[in-house]
Amino acid sequence: MCLAIPGKIVELFPGTPHLATVEVAGVRRKVDLGLLQDDLPVSGDWVLIHVGFAMSKISEQDALDQMQTLRILGEDEQAMQEVRGYGLGLEDRKPS
Amino acid sequence: MRFVDEFRDPEVVTRTAEEIRRLADPGRHYRFMEVCGGHTHAIYRFGLKDILPANIELIHGPGCPVCVLPMGRIDDGLILAQQPDVIFAAFGDMMRVPGTQGSPLEHKARGMDVRIVYSPSDALKLAKTNPDKHVMFFAIGFETTAPSSALTLIRAKAESIRNFSLFCNHVTIIPAIRAILDSPDMRLDAFIGPGHVSTVIGCRPYEWIAQDEGKPIVISGFEPLDILQSIVMVLRQLQAGKAKVENQYKRVVSWEGNRAALRAMAEVFQLRPYFEWRGLGFISQSALRIRDNYAECDSERRFSVPGVRVTDPKAAQCGEVLKGVLKPAQCKLFGRECTPEHPVGALMVSSEGSCAAYYNYEHRKAMATSLAWPA
Repeated sequence: MCLAIPGKIVELFPGTPHLATVEVAGVRRKVDLGLLQDDLPVSGDWVLIHVGFAMSKISEQDALDQMQTLRILGEDEQAMQEVRGYGLGLEDRKPS
Repeated sequence: MRFVDEFRDPEVVTRTAEEIRRLADPGRHYRFMEVCGGHTHAIYRFGLKDILPANIELIHGPGCPVCVLPMGRIDDGLILAQQPDVIFAAFGDMMRVPGTQGSPLEHKARGMDVRIVYSPSDALKLAKTNPDKHVMFFAIGFETTAPSSALTLIRAKAESIRNFSLFCNHVTIIPAIRAILDSPDMRLDAFIGPGHVSTVIGCRPYEWIAQDEGKPIVISGFEPLDILQSIVMVLRQLQAGKAKVENQYKRVVSWEGNRAALRAMAEVFQLRPYFEWRGLGFISQSALRIRDNYAECDSERRFSVPGVRVTDPKAAQCGEVLKGVLKPAQCKLFGRECTPEHPVGALMVSSEGSCAAYYNYEHRKAMATSLAWPA
């Protein structure tokens, strides 16, 4: 719950501007952009995600650093479990 | 230095540790409180205590939302969820937290419809896919998660979803810091400020700590180097006889915070007159309730809340540990009646609680050492 998970915006949806697909370590899920509506990210931007909501924009380097922090904190698995669970973990899976 | 090899830049860590030793006055004992449970976890995980000189003591603060939630609120939420056709949805962190009649997971084993969600928006999605049920989202957290809850209620209202409500246990960090500073048995020299809460609230709300209380506060990131650099910044202020708010975590935290998040919170929530914190007691204006405009989404108004109050076991000294008066291992129950497997007190419940962090990293290490050495 208190984890900040770094993700890359890979897809935006013109019809629903508050949603975006992010990719976190190869896993793609939809997150809510509503808390960044004053400065909406574009495709390719990196964000920190809390409980399914993008909370701040960060640089790519900081995103990679954050993933490394989660890894050395031993929380990377928990973070990926959270990401996989977004959208109730089912229908947003990346087409293979 | 257990994890130094894993640090991204071990040399910089070593240099920063040297700088800390150079700045710390050997004739003085320093007590710094890290407010956020994430920092507490990182400090134990990285063994930062072993890097710091002995006269710098880190006191673990109240910033673990699971830990400070009174058991009565868990009981209230679970009692509401016992009504027919109610789905109890909560973050995974909540699932093992004991109520008087057991944790949410134990209620699930007894037949309650309990679902883990990773986002409040997924709780709302559950309501849409289960139109014949009522989904109650058990919301906890500081300002890090409160904006997401707020935005979820805004969306629920906009979409006229009537079978969804939020049982609001959101708390705010500033009144808890004030309660700690007002406590007569407390003596602190400075604060390491929370990183992700500050992403939302910014740095301004901490200014009174420096201006009125004369204590330095440095908002910090979560890497070992972030925390060490924050300690350097605190020591520099103390050495110069200054007290101000500084931001070590500029790569994520802005001075003004996240205005869209603050707007969402202000739209949906207002301050409660008071709220009970486990270990700290009742604190004025320290928690959020749902505004009248969103009453339909408020579990406390949709249902009749029993208002259960459970006093912490007398032998547990959570309050003293939370205020830094006692170290975790100095509590009479620590490691005996109270363990992460069978938590009695609040701070043993979550991995970010200071007792659980201490137990997992220090106590287990000490036990392993004593087993390895023949008596």
